[in-house]
Amino acid sequence: MNPFHYSKPVDVQEAVHLVSPASRFIAGGTNLLDLMKENISRPEHLIDITGLPLRDVEETTEGGLMIGALVSNADLAWHPLIEQRYPLLSQAILAGASPQLRNMASTGGNLLQRTRCYYFYDAAVPCNKREPGSGCPARVGLNRIHAILGASDQCVATHPSDMCVALAALDARVHVQGRGGARVIEFADFHRLPGDAPQRDNQLADDELITAIELPADHLAAHSHYLKIRDRASYAFALVSVAAALALEGDVIVDARLALGGVAHKPWRDRAVEAALIGQSVSRETFSSAAEALLQDAEPLEHNGFKIKLARRAIIRALSDAAVAGATS
Amino acid sequence: MSATHTGAAAKPFVSHPIRMTLNRRDIQMDVLPWTTLLDLLREQLDLTGTKKGCDHGQCGACTVLLNGKRVNACLTLAVMCDGAELTTIEGLASGEDLHPMQKAFIKHDAFQCGYCTPGQICSAVGLAREGRAHDTAQIQELMSGNLCRCGAYNNIRDAIEEALPACRAQGGEQ
Repeated sequence: MNPFHYSKPVDVQEAVHLVSPASRFIAGGTNLLDLMKENISRPEHLIDITGLPLRDVEETTEGGLMIGALVSNADLAWHPLIEQRYPLLSQAILAGASPQLRNMASTGGNLLQRTRCYYFYDAAVPCNKREPGSGCPARVGLNRIHAILGASDQCVATHPSDMCVALAALDARVHVQGRGGARVIEFADFHRLPGDAPQRDNQLADDELITAIELPADHLAAHSHYLKIRDRASYAFALVSVAAALALEGDVIVDARLALGGVAHKPWRDRAVEAALIGQSVSRETFSSAAEALLQDAEPLEHNGFKIKLARRAIIRALSDAAVAGATS
Repeated sequence: MSATHTGAAAKPFVSHPIRMTLNRRDIQMDVLPWTTLLDLLREQLDLTGTKKGCDHGQCGACTVLLNGKRVNACLTLAVMCDGAELTTIEGLASGEDLHPMQKAFIKHDAFQCGYCTPGQICSAVGLAREGRAHDTAQIQELMSGNLCRCGAYNNIRDAIEEALPACRAQGGEQ
């Protein structure tokens, strides 16, 4: 790690006023310190936000929940209100990382994880995300874990989070505060596709701090399921993951959410596919059509073509499991 | 470390005072911001029971109990532990009386080379406190952050399974 200065502000205003181009906020540190040890991130100043009052989970007047950005991944997954009302989120969080990392990692920090692309993590090779304009070795290199949807010539990296896939499906909102004030970003707009600026993972301005994640009132808890497919049974990043949630009247679908992880630069949702599910009956054919439609524009690289078939099957299975799932399954 | 300058306006890097309760003993020291908790324990406090395996949060050999919760010391900055209560493998036993989890690891021969063992035991004590492992499959899943290159997993699992009730009975002791 390179040497750096350290500050520990006591409130959000102080924190955002300490920001400089060479500073980074730190909370759990599980990704940032790893990147610093690999010399991928070289901040000159760390702003420790763990002293800020952002640790509560509170009910909103709209019937949803406001989750402080510093709530740990473990505390969030096992929070009684999350387990009860948003089991999809609990499942997704518990499918990610290890118990130790979940005890350390914060809710806000989970959104800001960098990709696990091998080339991004290797300072000896070019990478457009790390050094804009330097090139993308993954496009022609080892790209088994890379994107099949929404990639660009410049970047084929995927977003590594499980939690974010569930938050995308649940229509979460990201509350942020900068020097100029606070704003709310819809989850679908928070992360970016790589386009020609893959160095930018999300829409946060440099001086903005995530303060909370808001969940809208839930009507999908009874029929949701998070399915994660990975190379080993635990503690590995997703090759493909699916957050599926349905609202049913009898066996007729009245609302549907489908988000995919491991396949794109951000959690992948397709509103047209979700809309097409509404009014349909629960059946393998219905779910199979949804999977085909969602993946129709998928583009394989040399080594990740299997992900398209895997994603198709995972979507069908996740939706089928969601359709029969109870609130506590 | 002496002051380092990167430009005309550069400020010198400084140490920061921290206070911790480490294995039931209050300590106070100055740390440089980039010192990890793992390096502080091993290099400055001579507590080498906590092991450095991967140094990237992937193996769990550095697992310690920070404010009662299991964490990777390699991905924790010492400067951020000001005011914390920390238990390492050296702090689990009471004198000559081993912690129930330590006794169970010995009874079940739950190690071969022993390098991952302190992290496994601290992690298992953290697991017991969390109270979320109710069967063998849950123990295995919730111990996935601790790798054993010797492959002593079956004995580790058996040791934890046996020690969990005794650890729960001990409650918030450690």
